[in-house]
Amino acid sequence: MLRFVLRRLLQVIPTLLLLSILVFVWLRNLPGGPATAFLGDRATPERVADLNRVLGLDQPIPVQYVKFLGRAVTGNFGTSTITGQDVLDEIGRALPATIELSMAALGIAIVLGIPLGYLAARQHGRPLDVSTVIGTLVGVAVPVFFLGYLLKAMFAVQLGWFPPSGRQSVTIDATSVTGFAVLDGILTREWDASMDALVHLVLPAVALATIPLAVIVRITRASVLDVVGADFVRTANSKGLTPGTVRNRHVLRNALLPVSTTIGLQIGLLLAGAVLTERVFVWGGVGTLLADAITQRDYPRLQAVLLLGALVFVLVNLLVDLSYAIIDPRVRLS
Amino acid sequence: MITTWGARRKARIDGLAAGRSLTAEAFARLRRNPVAITGAVIVGVFLVVAALAPLIAPHGATDVFPELQRELRPGHIPGPQPGFPLGSDDLARDFYSRMILGAQQTLAVGVVATLIGLVVGIVIGLLAGAFGGWVDTVLMRVTDVLLAIPSLLLAISVAALAPSPSQTTIIIAVAIVNVPIFARLLRGTMLAQRESDHVVAVTALGVRRRAVVLRHMLPNAIGVVIVQATLTLATSILDAAALSFLGLGDADPARAEWGLMLARAQPYLEFRPGLAFWPAIAIIIVALGFTLLGESLREALDPKGRR
Repeated sequence: MLRFVLRRLLQVIPTLLLLSILVFVWLRNLPGGPATAFLGDRATPERVADLNRVLGLDQPIPVQYVKFLGRAVTGNFGTSTITGQDVLDEIGRALPATIELSMAALGIAIVLGIPLGYLAARQHGRPLDVSTVIGTLVGVAVPVFFLGYLLKAMFAVQLGWFPPSGRQSVTIDATSVTGFAVLDGILTREWDASMDALVHLVLPAVALATIPLAVIVRITRASVLDVVGADFVRTANSKGLTPGTVRNRHVLRNALLPVSTTIGLQIGLLLAGAVLTERVFVWGGVGTLLADAITQRDYPRLQAVLLLGALVFVLVNLLVDLSYAIIDPRVRLS
Repeated sequence: MITTWGARRKARIDGLAAGRSLTAEAFARLRRNPVAITGAVIVGVFLVVAALAPLIAPHGATDVFPELQRELRPGHIPGPQPGFPLGSDDLARDFYSRMILGAQQTLAVGVVATLIGLVVGIVIGLLAGAFGGWVDTVLMRVTDVLLAIPSLLLAISVAALAPSPSQTTIIIAVAIVNVPIFARLLRGTMLAQRESDHVVAVTALGVRRRAVVLRHMLPNAIGVVIVQATLTLATSILDAAALSFLGLGDADPARAEWGLMLARAQPYLEFRPGLAFWPAIAIIIVALGFTLLGESLREALDPKGRR
């Protein structure tokens, strides 16, 4: 087990190294570097050269890369060229917002997706199944940001049930402990602040949840269909086990294995989807940092967000692989 | 389930006895599948509209109409009226015509992005699958890294690198995202074939490696690739729309492409939601059409085809 974890962790390193080289070299070969972005198009060449020297951009690319890597390993990704603040600090501050949004979306997707997929499989070929399958196909075809606007227009502007944007009302004076707005309210017993944050969370989380929901429903349905046809399920049924026991211990336990992989993969998609959703709902998380970094060519921030995003993605998938051993004792990690 | 499986197998064996190939049989199965037909009809209509767009559209994409312009003022864009079924856009042009012409542009974005991804992916997949060894290791390491970044993030970062936003940038960004998908897929099917009897046989006959790969292995892998390409067309159109939404698309207001039109409708959502609604619906329907067609093709070509 330990050896497996170590080996997988070692495999992560070349992936990240290669990614860092790609991101790094790629970003340096752009017309109009950060100095131009910082000083504006009409900056004199001398001033651009000055700033490049200060930022270390006049050195050969391999030298720059090694320096960058040395700093990155120690957690120093440099300062943002937009705000002049430490990039890692910025990400750290924005991270709770994005995690809160992604987890809420993932929660919705799992809580609705697994039962729906299971029901559809048990009703195979009947109207519920057919409409579920059609629903999942439509869900994937709707652009996330359009759905966001649609939800906003309907439930925030027309009906006024939810706030149209932001994470908290300005009128609420919430104490920040962890940065997770809903959790903070609970910790400090400011219930109204917690409720307020929760109400803000609903629409963006639903918008972000559609694609993972559709994917989870489809995988659950397919894998339940696979399992119910298996011999051991027939055996369990003919032994006279109650339907509940067969469902929980025999069908679901086996069927959820591929589902857990899918859930792991969704985390990467949630990060990407957050860029769009955060923009529609003015959410102010990592997605917003990334979007601003792109438009203003903030290299240090762009590198840090992309590399950390990939790191999270890879580590989550490792965790998913490890969780196999817990869900399915047949899997021996070696 | 057992019974349908048995029936399918029986049909399959009958088909073989009647001399029908796997492809012919898959096609027969597709024709009976309502999902496949729905997908094919949507895609067919879309292709026809796209091809004949300049003939169908009553006006040009950039024609400005004074009667619409007169009504145009901040906070008001004229809606549907005689002669202009979908009303005006923000620059006093016929929105209906632009929607029709948009089919062509949207199809072009999807097809070109998919084709570039397909060709580069096939080359990489072929090299990796045919040679194996260190060529395979190096190429697959690189595709793994590309796959390690969530696709939209990758597309965003590629598109962000261009000196100025444009349609070409978006197409290239989406194409780069598609490359590793095709490469991985093709490599997998090639590897699966390397030890199979027909390849061992032609190799033993002394057929050169290039001929083995191109004439004996590639044709067997192409079905999977075509299925994937159909599905990729849908995601390409959606990804391109997302990039346009983030402001990475063409700044030229003359271009009629659904993703761009949807992105450009943002300031007018409050008083003229139709400008966003129609392009969005068109994108959803077309993406759905390609997905339905692709999924049912995949099912039909899958020899295990049980679901």
